[in-house]
Amino acid sequence: MHQDHPEVFPQRHTMSASGGGRRALRVGLGGPVGSGKTATVAALCRALRDEVAIGVVTNDIYTREDADFLLRQAVLAPERITAVETGACPHTAIRDDISANLEAVEDLEEQAGPLDLVLLESGGDNLTATFSKGLVDVQIFVIDVAGGDDIPRKGGPGVTTSDLLVVNKVDLAEHVGADLDRMATDAAAQRGGLPTVFTSVARGQGIEPVAAWIRERLARKAAGAA
Amino acid sequence: MSAALLLLADGRFPAGGHAHSGGAETAVAEGRITDAATLAEFCRGRLHTTGLVAAALAAAATAGADPLALDGAADARTPSPVLRAVSRRLGRQLLRAARAAWPSPALDRLGAARPRGAHQPVVLGVAARAAGLTPLDAARATAYEAVSSPATATVRLLALDPFESAAVLARLGPEVDAVAEAAEAAARRALSEGLDALPAASAPLLDIGAERHAAWPTRLFTS
Repeated sequence: MHQDHPEVFPQRHTMSASGGGRRALRVGLGGPVGSGKTATVAALCRALRDEVAIGVVTNDIYTREDADFLLRQAVLAPERITAVETGACPHTAIRDDISANLEAVEDLEEQAGPLDLVLLESGGDNLTATFSKGLVDVQIFVIDVAGGDDIPRKGGPGVTTSDLLVVNKVDLAEHVGADLDRMATDAAAQRGGLPTVFTSVARGQGIEPVAAWIRERLARKAAGAA
Repeated sequence: MSAALLLLADGRFPAGGHAHSGGAETAVAEGRITDAATLAEFCRGRLHTTGLVAAALAAAATAGADPLALDGAADARTPSPVLRAVSRRLGRQLLRAARAAWPSPALDRLGAARPRGAHQPVVLGVAARAAGLTPLDAARATAYEAVSSPATATVRLLALDPFESAAVLARLGPEVDAVAEAAEAAARRALSEGLDALPAASAPLLDIGAERHAAWPTRLFTS
């Protein structure tokens, strides 16, 4: 079975004015533009919303499209979905200056809480974008087979260090000449035992292993792994 | 000049500023900023109006004026509801970073009294005091931010040559210093004469632009 990062809920100093108390598990979803982050968030909401209280923070680059998509799909009540504007630098808002996102999460928990799970979706960015440990507990990196089957081999922080790597759109593999076996082998070599799952979210396939992975994190948090 | 001032004024200090253009996004879209020369004029206008007001508020907070009274003075000097909300949001974000950098009871008290955020220059002034800085330091950091924020945003919005943008800021340097000194003098007067002695210069086009910008369906910057 796969290894996980040993430090699951690292110490955090978020300097919130409102202080401590119970808070939700925060899961970041990053990855390149068009890889299926929003569709993955929607599918996770549908898979988990009857079990746990979920909130979503989207980081749209210049519109509210992602938040509006989730609202249109009615995956959650409107007050459970909020959007952060990122000033042309989506990676800054999730890594270098996380203050706006921290605020969005705290406001969501305060106004729609208590929540068990907050999904933070980054704006579509490049292969080096990762979430700060001050913002999320764990992160999922979403790539897709149509973006090139050499992405796992090329590596980069998203591919190599994310807690879960999701390779989406496997139904397109034969049309774009992507070699799934090679992607799996390269991902395993780059990730030192961290898990990778293959999905076809738009076709309703493969979200269950991702949902199960989040359930396990929730259980660990409930068991006091923090 | 202390290292704490460099940190407080650093554009990379994680206090939320990167998502704001200081009104430059509207000015670019409406054709008022098109190149380095028009950027310089925009920055000069902002510096001598809202920049001066913000710098004086910050200096007064560092000098020990009541932060909550200053927060009210900032409200009275910010006619645009959008800009009032932006200033409070940035104040809340700055407070978080400042509490991590320079823990102090004064910052904790301000956060408890204004959990949704005090005005950004007021927070900056209290943070500067916690960092051991002077009122003039706080005024300098605030006046510089009045010009550096639109200059940085314009590099992204117009693909303006970053060297030209840096040169604009360098040429504005003496004016930034002069505004900071005037702001500090006003803050000192306010301590003895009351907060009405603080400047109340305004830039109506910045207010109008901010209100319009907030209604755009698509934008790169929050303000």
